[in-house]
Amino acid sequence: MAPSGDRILEVRDLVKHFPLTQGIVLKRQIGAIKAVDGVSFDLHRGETLGVVGESGCGKSTLAKLLMALERPTSGEVKINGVDMAKAHGGELKRMRRNIQMVMQDPYTSLNPRMTVGDIVGEPFEIHSEVAPKGDRRRKVQELLEVVGLNPEHINRYPHQFSGGQRQRIGIARGLALQPEIIICDEPVSALDVSIQAQVMNLLERLQNEFNLAYIFIAHDLSVVRHISDRVAVMYLGKIVELGKDDAIYERPSHPYTQALLSAVPVPDPEGRETRERIILQGDPPSPADPPSGCRFRTRCWKAQDVCAEHEPLLEVRTGGHLSACHFAEVHDVIGA
Amino acid sequence: MVTNPSIDTHPLSAEVGQEPLLAVDNLHVEFTTRQGVVRAVNGVSYTVHAGESLAVLGESGSGKSVTAQAIMGILDMPPARIPKGEIRFRGTDMLKLSDQARSQIRGQRIAMVFQDALSALNPVFTVGWQIGEMFRVHRGMSKRDAQKKAIELMERVRIPAARQRVNDYPHQFSGGMRQRIMIAMSIALDPEVLIADEPTTALDVTVQAQIMELLAELQRESNMGLILITHDLGVVADVADKIAVMYAGRIVEGAPVHDVYKNPAHPYSKGLLDSIPRVDQKGQELYAIKGLPPNLLDMPSGCAFHPRCPYRRDNCVTDVPPLYEISGTRGSACHYYREVLDGTLG
Amino acid sequence: MSNDTLPATAPAQPTGPAKGKRPASLWSDAWYDLRRNPVFIIGAAMITLFIAVSAFPGLFDTVGVDSSTCDLAVARKGISPQHWFGTDNLGCDVYSRVIHGARVSIIVGIVSAAVTGVVGGALGLLAGFYGRWVDVLLSRVAEIFFAIPSILGALLILAVIGRDNAGITSVVFALALLAWPMILRIMRAAVITAKHQDYVMAARALGAGPGRIMLRHILPNAVAPVIVVSTINLGAFIAAEAALSFLGVGIQSPQISWGLMIADARNRFVEAPLPLLFPALFLSLTILSVVMLGDAVRDALDPKLR
Repeated sequence: MAPSGDRILEVRDLVKHFPLTQGIVLKRQIGAIKAVDGVSFDLHRGETLGVVGESGCGKSTLAKLLMALERPTSGEVKINGVDMAKAHGGELKRMRRNIQMVMQDPYTSLNPRMTVGDIVGEPFEIHSEVAPKGDRRRKVQELLEVVGLNPEHINRYPHQFSGGQRQRIGIARGLALQPEIIICDEPVSALDVSIQAQVMNLLERLQNEFNLAYIFIAHDLSVVRHISDRVAVMYLGKIVELGKDDAIYERPSHPYTQALLSAVPVPDPEGRETRERIILQGDPPSPADPPSGCRFRTRCWKAQDVCAEHEPLLEVRTGGHLSACHFAEVHDVIGA
Repeated sequence: MVTNPSIDTHPLSAEVGQEPLLAVDNLHVEFTTRQGVVRAVNGVSYTVHAGESLAVLGESGSGKSVTAQAIMGILDMPPARIPKGEIRFRGTDMLKLSDQARSQIRGQRIAMVFQDALSALNPVFTVGWQIGEMFRVHRGMSKRDAQKKAIELMERVRIPAARQRVNDYPHQFSGGMRQRIMIAMSIALDPEVLIADEPTTALDVTVQAQIMELLAELQRESNMGLILITHDLGVVADVADKIAVMYAGRIVEGAPVHDVYKNPAHPYSKGLLDSIPRVDQKGQELYAIKGLPPNLLDMPSGCAFHPRCPYRRDNCVTDVPPLYEISGTRGSACHYYREVLDGTLG
Repeated sequence: MSNDTLPATAPAQPTGPAKGKRPASLWSDAWYDLRRNPVFIIGAAMITLFIAVSAFPGLFDTVGVDSSTCDLAVARKGISPQHWFGTDNLGCDVYSRVIHGARVSIIVGIVSAAVTGVVGGALGLLAGFYGRWVDVLLSRVAEIFFAIPSILGALLILAVIGRDNAGITSVVFALALLAWPMILRIMRAAVITAKHQDYVMAARALGAGPGRIMLRHILPNAVAPVIVVSTINLGAFIAAEAALSFLGVGIQSPQISWGLMIADARNRFVEAPLPLLFPALFLSLTILSVVMLGDAVRDALDPKLR
């Protein structure tokens, strides 16, 4: 699925710490929220990389770092070999043409005071070199048509559309500059079940048509499995397991991935009594004060002394894909 | 064969030899808005027996939460109005009771858990005080006894170190723990029916699993009737005994949960089941129900689902389908349910 | 991807938006509400009348307000066909003077509200958007002015300016100087709310600069409370001008102002109440209509009701 020579995004040792300060006049740093703490991965042309994890795992911060909406504490985000994390001014603006995003909430991601035409056409106003002025209206209408909206609705306002239609408007805005990469941050989680499928099918169709690469961030493991070629599982700012989708879903080797998968409700009442459930105890620790060694050890049933002392590296282990557990062991929890 | 959904013949109430704890019968709820009258609930009937879990499944605007709010008596009236229908608790129609008699039932014998625990808890009181309030107000207990009861309840919903945390404030708890506190408050007075409105939607998967497990255990312990309102087909499959699928203010399919998942009898439930991705299968392109849920101000004629239905026939546009009885426990509001079941429609 | 190869896809939703025939933008939606609000219609009609009076007093007066039209022989007379509202201490026509006095009230009110709205709004936008030292600096300066009691402060400022230079400009200056911090605070709070919205993030992701983000995305979504408060301020400014003129530091004779007329008439109030009552009545009506307008605008723009 992913030709290795066609790498368009390289993320290396990405770190984002938000300082925690005390005092008003004389601020001093008393710690840091380690939202993203050493994340590395590649993305290839036309590929979808799913990123799953629970709230607080750093996946939304990761999206902002990739979009250069936040500056990383350290690390690189290279698009076609150029580090976006260090780009400024005109160079950064040019690079943005190549990476766009679709946001979670279709109700807050569109400016309520702008018409659909203005919203979808704004990329052309900001990057005026992309489309000559006289051509913009036609281009906006084409984009609306591509995402399955009526091009005649160009003068309507966002509140006149339903959630699913608004999400299509957001997708049209993301497509306008013809990017190679689109970061989808929970793009369907705010939508009704019957609308989710429409939007996911649209995203897949657009990917095929325009050879887009997606980073698909979601908490819903079923949705991620459906759309992704490869999947990264995040816990407390780190990737704990990364591999092809059937490797992660059918041969997970990290205990956290196994617990996460076993907790997903399967829409099939048959065998619900016999299904294996790994119910994790407690809540994830605070990212301001993560456990030493392996960050999952406080909730892990396999934890031993070594887990507190040595941080397990994300490397190819049993199962044939990347996993960050000293005691990695393949265990199919969903019986796929 | 064709029946109007009434209490005797309604498939969801045809459990034998046992009187239901709670019966919603032909309930209608309307809202008066600036744009006109919205018929949010349009003749809904269902029952819950002791120890039974009913899942009410639907999308936003289907009327699933409004029905629950009508049961709890927490609708704002006006703009809401109940022009027709009954809500019977142990045979007594609550809509005909005096306010005082009704409040004896609501909150004590029927309790509710909400989706958003943070906004449902008062931020300026400790959780112990808020749980204890149930006992002080309804049981006239002293502060000290109520506090003791609060700790007991917190232990019952498995909040670690309950004794130390009883005087903490809601914001000091995580989302999952706050939902446990909400559950503790709702079960404080040993209700016979518990209504859970999207109790895990705001929570992470692993926490969601904890909460659903807790609800199931509490139900087993006290033999409560549980009404689970949700849009999540996975959660329904995990816990429900029977299921009512709602669309545009009506029940379109009501049946034991295994029947629906194995062979849905309504095109809408079938479409929903086909449209969700599954964690245990790598699917092809998803089936997508076309179009949008209807505008409640401008409901389609005939069957409300007909503009989106792939099996639509001419009479679907003109005739409102009643809830046809398929078997003693199963009903579908589709003129062509037999063909949907057989798969001979296309 | 090339736009030349875009396929002709059938729109997924040919039936259009789910909502009924509602007006398009949120602004026109607010206007739609206003037009149906009787409070707004009465308030707006009264304000329009007062503005017309202040713009073209000549069309409304009966006698004129030159010294030539005053006649001491008829001083302090009651209502008569020549003098609808009676005459004052100097035998001038009270009706004509009330008509000409409207101009000062309306101009002071509108100009002060506009100046505070623009200055406070612009500074609030900058403080809220840039935060950090810009915010600290502007907010501290605003707090200094905010701490001065308004009428006392205006008295002081006008006393420093002196009677010889007093007039509409100095009254507007004094009022605006003390009132802009309130607008700054309101604008700043609204901007901080708006700047964390997802659509602002989306614009940043597209590469939009600070100017575009402020003017296209934040300002239209943050300006509503400023409009509401400015409308309410309008009434307060009209009252303040009357108070300052009454106290002798505002508008000076021979200019005409309702406050001044009230001051002139107060000593003889018992024997001749009309020269005091009529300007006071019109002052109250003007403020009332502005308050009604402000109420209606607030109802229409309040985002919590949307």
